[in-house]
Amino acid sequence: MVTLHDRKFISADSDKCVGCQICEYACSFSHEKVFNAVKSRIRVVRARQIKNIAVTCRKCQEPACVAACPRDALSQSLETGNIIIDKDQCNGCGWCIEACDYGAMMMHPETKTVYVCDLCQYKPDGPQCVKWCPEEALTVVTSDVLAQKARLSAIKKLFQDKDET
Amino acid sequence: MLGYAGTVLYVDLTTGKTRTEKLTEETAKKYVGGIGLGMKLWLSNSKAGVNPLSPENPLVLALGPVSGTMFPTGGNGHAFISKSPATGGVGEAVSHGTFGAELKRAGYDAIVLTGKAEKPVYLWIDDESIQLLDASNICGKSPPETEDAIKDELGDYYVRVASIGLAGEKQSKIANIINEKTRAAGRTGLGAVMGSKNLKAIAVRGTRDITVAKPDVFMDMVREFHERMKGPAVQKYRTLGTVDNISVTNELMCMPTRNYSASHFEKTENINAEVLNERYVAKIIACNSCAMRCEHEALVREGPYKGSLARMEYDNLWALGPNVGVDKLDAIIRAAELCNYYGLDATSTGVAISFLMDCHEKGLLSHDQLENIDPHFGNGEAVVQLVEKIGKREGIGELLADGVKVAAEKIGKNAAELAQHIKGLEVTGYDLRCLKTAALAAAVSFRGADHNRSGAFALDLRGKVDRLKAERGRGKLVKENEDIFALIDSFIICKNARNTLYNELGDLAKLYSAVTGAEVTPQDLSVAGERINTLAKLINTREGLTRNDDTLPWKVMNQPISDDGPVKGSVVTQDELDLMLDDYYQARGWAVEGIPSKEKLKELGLQEFQNIVEA
Repeated sequence: MVTLHDRKFISADSDKCVGCQICEYACSFSHEKVFNAVKSRIRVVRARQIKNIAVTCRKCQEPACVAACPRDALSQSLETGNIIIDKDQCNGCGWCIEACDYGAMMMHPETKTVYVCDLCQYKPDGPQCVKWCPEEALTVVTSDVLAQKARLSAIKKLFQDKDET
Repeated sequence: MLGYAGTVLYVDLTTGKTRTEKLTEETAKKYVGGIGLGMKLWLSNSKAGVNPLSPENPLVLALGPVSGTMFPTGGNGHAFISKSPATGGVGEAVSHGTFGAELKRAGYDAIVLTGKAEKPVYLWIDDESIQLLDASNICGKSPPETEDAIKDELGDYYVRVASIGLAGEKQSKIANIINEKTRAAGRTGLGAVMGSKNLKAIAVRGTRDITVAKPDVFMDMVREFHERMKGPAVQKYRTLGTVDNISVTNELMCMPTRNYSASHFEKTENINAEVLNERYVAKIIACNSCAMRCEHEALVREGPYKGSLARMEYDNLWALGPNVGVDKLDAIIRAAELCNYYGLDATSTGVAISFLMDCHEKGLLSHDQLENIDPHFGNGEAVVQLVEKIGKREGIGELLADGVKVAAEKIGKNAAELAQHIKGLEVTGYDLRCLKTAALAAAVSFRGADHNRSGAFALDLRGKVDRLKAERGRGKLVKENEDIFALIDSFIICKNARNTLYNELGDLAKLYSAVTGAEVTPQDLSVAGERINTLAKLINTREGLTRNDDTLPWKVMNQPISDDGPVKGSVVTQDELDLMLDDYYQARGWAVEGIPSKEKLKELGLQEFQNIVEA
């Protein structure tokens, strides 16, 4: 069973993300063989021209989406942390969409059931959005790695400031 | 045929009725898409001599065959086409962002807008559902505000919006159409055409799949172009941005300064790309599908213009900087932001202001006309104030809001000599007196003064030809470059990315086949490029433009460059222009008056428009 510390998810670095939406194309193409942003499991938000970030499932511990499903259509994989959707059980009620703080659960325009990032688990070369991102803004991380990165970045800034003064 | 949605949407704003027509494979292949398809649809749906600001003038919105795909820069473009109120000839302007991709997913290749709504409306396209919604409560808002208001009203934050600002509502002939806050279909005053129809905005949501004919070939191309975009071909755009040209043109003494009073700006070091990037660029962002990302967002962090945010490129920085003698980047960024706020073409607005300053310096204006503004060259605050006045069509702004040609007519005296325009469209930042290939290209450009119809200025700048010499052979060079550019604007690939097309026609042919499944050769596309340029000429001919309109601004032909240096004394004489015009028309297979021959029309498959050249 995967522990919280080992659980992987996709993180976007907002300093690097330019809002190009290539991840959306890569995702919809890899999962459904079409170019269609509304079938992408990762979505780009441009809050302001200078604020861009891509958002997708964070594979939470005790995920709110799973808890919210009244039909037990959602479960979390013990091995990967991925949210598993039983399409036969899902009736598209949308409670999981409401429950997710990140907007990672989405309603499929055709099947009318929900879908979510599966880390391209059937692709030998891993998540396609990460592979295609031209800015290398997307990475597969664990929470520990994220914390390490944040510390490194903070220390770099600290010393950079010192160098300047 | 994949690539195309196969549908053209017709919207009659007078009656509110809509209908769709199939886009035939033949038309698609012949005119490709974008400006080519748009001009064909405009010509077939309008009558000769139509008033550009009347309900009868169609406004066409067209996409390319690769719009909506993952092809870098190609996935995101759209073009507006109509009769230009500024030139009286064909008006077209291309923009990028995400709007084009969204519209393709909604299922359309083009929209033909005719008529005039009784009250201000916006067009809401939600896949096959088409509605005209009341826009009275968003009138007067800027394009960025309009976008936010429409998203709020529709409750959908992934809706993409193209809209006009106050300038378009007031039918200013230098008004543009802005999508996604900072992207503009800028030139030829098409915002005024939209305003004349009482159409404030077009909002789109598309949910359909886009597929390509040969996914494997296509994805290999995408990967290849991603690599090219990280390489030297577009390094300038990725790093310093197009603003880097300020230093290039200044050094070569071909940057028009203070309304063509000089050809270089002595204070360039205060506004160059290094300073802009170091002090102001807060973020470089990308259009949809683009791996090159070149949009430099400049933010003013302190001072009187604190908080101003604008996308800065060579064109708007030149027009609102050296062209008006201003070396204060914060004021330039503020002025650029205001151009977006009112929905004004920044190039034309800057040239209108430099024209006013020139008139002021030469004593052609009365004190009363100027109110409390002091429009001398170099006064950045005056530029900011004037953009506001033009946007609102207030006071002196009323005089300038229709561009310099109209303003010069109103002022009279010899103001026309100071009006830097061709066919009624204001010039761009390349001194045509010492860039003679660019001078020919600007004179013959079907949409008026512009460097983006052929990019011929690059031949002069890079020393591929003797830029100070007018000689035979330039006609063929301009024609070839025009044909490529027309194609690029019909596929709708971003012109900033054109250097990634290592094998221009070959790359485009491969892309077209991979997306559509229809096999085309580079030669087929070359002919299509020629066809599209000839079609534009047919429109201009039908609308009454002649060889006399293929000319240059007065200063370019009568006021030699006075700056000391290698270009001193340069000017384009009528003899030189005539020599190059004859050469160009000949290269195009047009008669000496610049009218396409019947044989040429037959060769290009344009016989259906033969009556235009017979008239």
